[in-house]
Amino acid sequence: MADEKKPAGQALQEQLSQLTDQVQGSQAWSSIFRPGSIFRKGYNDSPRNRSYVIMNSVLYHLHPVKVKRHAVKVSYTLCLGGLSFFLFILLTVTGIFLMFFYRPTAAQAWDDIQTLQTAVGFGLLVRNMHRWTAHLMVLTVFLHMARVFYHGAYKPPREFNWVVGVMLLQFTLLLSFTGYLLPWDQLALWAVTVGTNMMGFTPVFGEQVRFVLLGGVEIGTDTLLRWYTLHVLMLPFVLVIFLAVHFWRVRKDGGISGPL
Amino acid sequence: MTEIPEHLRKRAEAAKAKAQAAAGGGDAPAGDAPAGDTPAAEEKIPSHLLDRTTAASDQPAPTAGGTAAPAAGSGPDGHNQRLLTVVKSGSIQDTKATPQDKVHVWPHLLLAEFLAALAITLFSLLFSIFVNAPLLELADFNKTPNPSKAPWYFLGLQELLTMFHPMVAGVTIPGIGLFVLILAPYIDKNPSKRPEDRKFAISLMTVHLMFWAVLVMIGSFFRGPGFNFIFPWNSGLFFEL
Repeated sequence: MADEKKPAGQALQEQLSQLTDQVQGSQAWSSIFRPGSIFRKGYNDSPRNRSYVIMNSVLYHLHPVKVKRHAVKVSYTLCLGGLSFFLFILLTVTGIFLMFFYRPTAAQAWDDIQTLQTAVGFGLLVRNMHRWTAHLMVLTVFLHMARVFYHGAYKPPREFNWVVGVMLLQFTLLLSFTGYLLPWDQLALWAVTVGTNMMGFTPVFGEQVRFVLLGGVEIGTDTLLRWYTLHVLMLPFVLVIFLAVHFWRVRKDGGISGPL
Repeated sequence: MTEIPEHLRKRAEAAKAKAQAAAGGGDAPAGDAPAGDTPAAEEKIPSHLLDRTTAASDQPAPTAGGTAAPAAGSGPDGHNQRLLTVVKSGSIQDTKATPQDKVHVWPHLLLAEFLAALAITLFSLLFSIFVNAPLLELADFNKTPNPSKAPWYFLGLQELLTMFHPMVAGVTIPGIGLFVLILAPYIDKNPSKRPEDRKFAISLMTVHLMFWAVLVMIGSFFRGPGFNFIFPWNSGLFFEL
């Protein structure tokens, strides 16, 4: 029995490795996976391939090929900036899911969310994730700012990136605040009422800003549409632009700040 | 602590071995060379060049090129050769920048990032499975909840509103706070990044952060109906996320 099984297993193994060779050797495969991809034929762990992994990937090439050794220490950055960005991606993904089931009118918004939670597969879970990660992102962005300050990482040549970072914190707050109204429940309505009343006290143009944001003198269905557009389109769009500048400046200013 | 990457160390070792082998080969003719012709320059001038000059000076010198030159004459192939100077490598190839200790992003950084992303995904997934986001009853303009609270990150502002005129609490204080925050790198001229050199900056920021954190805490947990001060352990929580 054992004699028969072993050759059979070996033959299978040979066939499999042959198949792997064929697939990895095909033109289609090697056109998809650029040199340095760990899926490419003949990938081995060499300094050249380690560089190629970063250079030849549209996502990873946000990073330099090499970083200072202390920059990879989790105890220095606590991953807070990266986690904020990752939470933003997570919020985009869950937010797109929510958009399929939501209409931003006073007559439909609340019902849509009720339906989403009770009748749509994973609807409740995805909404929960969207809300909790939003709160979490406000927290991580805030902590990231504190971390950067305590490390003195805003000092030359990184002054301007700090300014961009403070702007990003404000966009994060605005994104969270505009999303707060969308469920159109008692919590949303009155939290936003309190918030926008504060806005009205801005000198000179406070009333005008409030009017433009609310689409009227009071919160209503027009407000919902405006905040929805701000929340799903305009603010994320502006935030991504600032994010691009933020990441780009991190590299241009010489990578993350040095050890203390 | 500062570990040199594996491949660099190998390369350095190979280069060192090669240099040693070359130096060993070069020493042999130096031993044969007659000493005493150029005693002062002996240790500075490479041995094979010394060899050549001594060989040249042994031959009958047709011309005397310069007084400073130790030897001048026709070389082995009949050329006139003169050793003007020997530039030691240290004087012109001095590297001033110390090489930085760097590691490859893949796998060292990407792995950490991947694990962090995985951990936070797992955390938010589990949290979302067990805790539901609030959805109160439909918005009603005629029913003002008591208390009405802003989102938690604005509760510090709402707390200030109880103490100051709205113009001060809603605009002046947060406006100045934000303005100073943005200008922090231009105000703080201290070039040092070491915590012990920037006690004032760190204290100021800590007070600033604590100011908002405490106000948010009070607004979140210690304000009840009518936004009056309460203790959550007596009156319960009036807080929705």
